[in-house]
Amino acid sequence: MRLASGTLLIASLLAAGAAVAQQPVPANKETVEIGLSTDTISITSGFRGTDLTVFGALDNADPLIQRQGRYDVIVILEGPPRNFVVRRKDRYFGIWINTESVTFQNIPASYSLASTRSLQDITTPKTFAQLSLGVNNIYYEPMPDGFASSEALREFTKELPRLKLKQLLYNQRVGDVQFLSSTLFRATLSLPANVPVGKHVARAYLFRNGEFLRESSTSLNIVKAGLEFRIYRAANQHSLLYGFFAVFLAVVTGWAGRLVFRKD
Amino acid sequence: MLSGFELGIYLPIAEISVNIFVLFFMGAAVGFLSGMFGVGGGFLITPLLIFYNIPPAVAVATGANQVIASSFSGALTHFKRGSLDFKLGSLLVVGGLIGAGIGIYVFVLLRRLGQLDLIVSLLYVVFLSTIGGLMLYESIQAMRRTRAGQLATLKRPGQHNWVHKLPFKMRFRASKIYVSIIPVLVLGGAIGFLSSIMGVGGGFIMVPAMIYLLKVPTNVVIGTSLYQIVFVTAFTTVMQATTNQSVDIVLAMLLMSGGVVGAQYGARIGQKLRGEQLRALLAMLVLAVGLRLAIELFVTPDDIYSVTLALVSGGS
Repeated sequence: MRLASGTLLIASLLAAGAAVAQQPVPANKETVEIGLSTDTISITSGFRGTDLTVFGALDNADPLIQRQGRYDVIVILEGPPRNFVVRRKDRYFGIWINTESVTFQNIPASYSLASTRSLQDITTPKTFAQLSLGVNNIYYEPMPDGFASSEALREFTKELPRLKLKQLLYNQRVGDVQFLSSTLFRATLSLPANVPVGKHVARAYLFRNGEFLRESSTSLNIVKAGLEFRIYRAANQHSLLYGFFAVFLAVVTGWAGRLVFRKD
Repeated sequence: MLSGFELGIYLPIAEISVNIFVLFFMGAAVGFLSGMFGVGGGFLITPLLIFYNIPPAVAVATGANQVIASSFSGALTHFKRGSLDFKLGSLLVVGGLIGAGIGIYVFVLLRRLGQLDLIVSLLYVVFLSTIGGLMLYESIQAMRRTRAGQLATLKRPGQHNWVHKLPFKMRFRASKIYVSIIPVLVLGGAIGFLSSIMGVGGGFIMVPAMIYLLKVPTNVVIGTSLYQIVFVTAFTTVMQATTNQSVDIVLAMLLMSGGVVGAQYGARIGQKLRGEQLRALLAMLVLAVGLRLAIELFVTPDDIYSVTLALVSGGS
């Protein structure tokens, strides 16, 4: 305790010295802001995935720390929360059958991350865990009604991010947050072809010397456009009408086929 | 592959991009076979769609939708000819609707348990290998008999069996039979159940069952069976659309338009070929599809883990 207060004293003395020498920069005055050029992205059925560029600004930065490159920014884009089932197949009598499963709730359907440097160089695993930042630190919350053992929970909690990374729905890009000037930075995130529709949240996390300072967020709506998506929406929102229409189409096609048949 | 052309089409419900021509030809090939052999083709379409990476839930629901088209045009023909027993057909429809309702419930349950894909594959393997095996055996026997110089006649079914001892008998004038309504309802129900779980019309089971169990004369069997199939597959399609949202009308349209074209040519070729050779050919095709599905059950998957959206469980 004594040591700590001693260090504090020295720190404040140094700060006082600095204040005398130049314009005072109070601790933790840095702010981070991000902006998107649009709040809605509409994707068509031919969508094959794209890069999303997020611009941001770092204000009130300490020029000395900046020169040393000790500011780090991590930008993420988190998809809408959904519930997911992870299943494991086992072999019974030679046949592969889904056996154990764990349902997780409120898991981001997609998760894209971009960072200035590799994650372990930015801060400690403990800080990442506290911030739930990064694919391996998202809180994978199992459904309370699950009957899974703690061993199974551990196993499936490890498999979920792996499967999501494999589907490209989760991705992490190291070095894709770049400072364009002393205050302006650009983050490039991946939107996969199968990106879920709904409200996505973009967040920027600012670190100085490995210490987390601030975060800021903005939201992005991803909607699907085009005929195919209108069909999809009709199937979900007006499913009874859609069903009757499907039957009607089939009957008309069958009847038309008979007309063609009778010609010869 | 034809490069330079955009042949891909996105299926809104199956949520994958597919090649238009592959699906059109798939529909045409199955339509050709159904025209040639006089079968609905649902039992071939669904496995083929699964081979083409269409999710089994969508393949089954869309298969049922696709069957309506061919069955409707067939039933219309029989209606004009008068070779259709409305009373018997309507009773089969009643059984079919009950069976399909139960089937949809089981379908939802299996989907929630994550066992739908497995059960659909298993049912197909069992049905395809049984039907294919029986057809092959029967056609080889027939070919042997013709070679031996005998007349190739179907075995004449006996006049009475246990079915005729059941109570609640009803007279069906058009079919000239007097039979209990129990086997009629049960048969209709079983076909309805298979229609909703496998996405088939069920004609391949219905026709022999009507001939051998109910002793329905062959001239009204096909028309009556098609009549039932139209109503049951229509009901199944609407039920699948409302409970599972798994009917893909873009996919169904591609298959049906191919099927309409294919069926014309199939029927023409079918008239020129010999019956037992034709049946042996179909039998081998059915067995091949069944075998392919069976192999997939035994092959070690690339990844034993899978992740899917959790279906909202109904009621707490």
